[in-house]
Amino acid sequence: MNENPALIETRALVKAYDLLVVLRKLDLQIQRGEFVALLGPNGSGKSTLLRLLAGLTRPTSGTILIGGWELPREAAAVRAQIGMVSHRSLLYENLTARENLRFFARLYNLNPTTDHIDTLLRQVGLYKRGDSLVRTFSRGMLQRLSIARALLHRPDVLLFDEPYTGLDQDAGRTLDNLLAQAHSEGHTIVMTTHELDRAARIASRVLILSRGTIGYDAPASQLPPGELAARYGELTGMVVIQ
Amino acid sequence: MNTPFWQAAFSITRKDLRAELRSRELVNTMGLFALLSVLIFSFALELDRVARQEAVSGVLWVTVVFASILGLNRSMAMEREQGNLDALLMAPISRSAIFAGKLIGNFVFTLVVGLVLLPLMTVLYNVPLMQPWVVVLLLLGIAGFATIGTLLATMTVQTRARESLLPIIMLPVALPVLLASVNASTAVLNNAPIDDWIAWPQLLAVIDVIYLTLCFLLFEYVIES
Repeated sequence: MNENPALIETRALVKAYDLLVVLRKLDLQIQRGEFVALLGPNGSGKSTLLRLLAGLTRPTSGTILIGGWELPREAAAVRAQIGMVSHRSLLYENLTARENLRFFARLYNLNPTTDHIDTLLRQVGLYKRGDSLVRTFSRGMLQRLSIARALLHRPDVLLFDEPYTGLDQDAGRTLDNLLAQAHSEGHTIVMTTHELDRAARIASRVLILSRGTIGYDAPASQLPPGELAARYGELTGMVVIQ
Repeated sequence: MNTPFWQAAFSITRKDLRAELRSRELVNTMGLFALLSVLIFSFALELDRVARQEAVSGVLWVTVVFASILGLNRSMAMEREQGNLDALLMAPISRSAIFAGKLIGNFVFTLVVGLVLLPLMTVLYNVPLMQPWVVVLLLLGIAGFATIGTLLATMTVQTRARESLLPIIMLPVALPVLLASVNASTAVLNNAPIDDWIAWPQLLAVIDVIYLTLCFLLFEYVIES
């Protein structure tokens, strides 16, 4: 018996849209507490993989297990274990930050206490803007509030789909800190990004997705300088300018 | 494991109402369209009293149907714009609760427009629309439109031509509701004996139940495909 079963596991996972095969028999195991950066060019299947793990789309074939529950058959059990942050905010612009969090708390059958919501707003640095309408928020603030929404139900797994899109350097650094904090609190994180340097710096493991399969898989801490860019270039045919 | 059905459904409705109270996007769009529509028909039918009496029920329902289509498009667009539909689908709630929540909101918005139209059209057309049976028919008819419209708007919201696609696919499907509503309200406004038209609201209620059942059953498939 496996002493340390993976929190996230895919076996021979295939996703195709009509004739276009996006993921080809993808086998992946992610242990509890890992911070995985998923790299790859546009169209390589990163976002598709995240949507499959989030239960937002069904696999064409193969198996997805999250915490031992199989998707999509046991999706109801999996949903409460997953939080997702995308490049879109998944927030309602005509509600305030607090109202958004209260709404999602009710959907997750949580008691939307002021304390819990205030703690989250403080954690993402939005406590003072809690009663402001979300439509007045900058891109960076939206992204921080999205993280608060994703953390609301204390999920085991956090999925980030290109969370740095549209952020300036300051907002990017703030997001780095929030991700590091979430990782240190024990959340398992899977993040798609195009930023190789950032991935190598903040993640514990990097994967390069190429032509629908995992082309490269290495612990981030053991990467020699330039290795990731070189392998990314080899696998994708792209020249990486550093 | 799932959040209780009605807790999830009412949370979605409350969220829609709160967002609408703040932005007034739906009510402004639907209300302005309804006002313009009844005004234009009122000018067109001004000189012919008999035609006005005969047409008023049709004007009421055509206005309600098109106003509801405008509202349905906007209501589902709100879920699409920032990817909110994904957030709803990732929550541990039954898909039917999403349908129920959106349906109740759409029903309330359209009903508000319909109820505002009654006194307005009573004044403009000089026909007594403020009658209990007209209100009952409005409730039944709007329930039917909102039910089928919520399902179809969920289907069309992911398409590029959603604004034009919804009326094209909704009107044929909603035709039985429209026919029963127009016939029943014409009879009520012409003071016909109740025995002559009571079958229409009964039929309307049956259609509503059928649509509700079918839409609840189909929604999960529609939203996940």
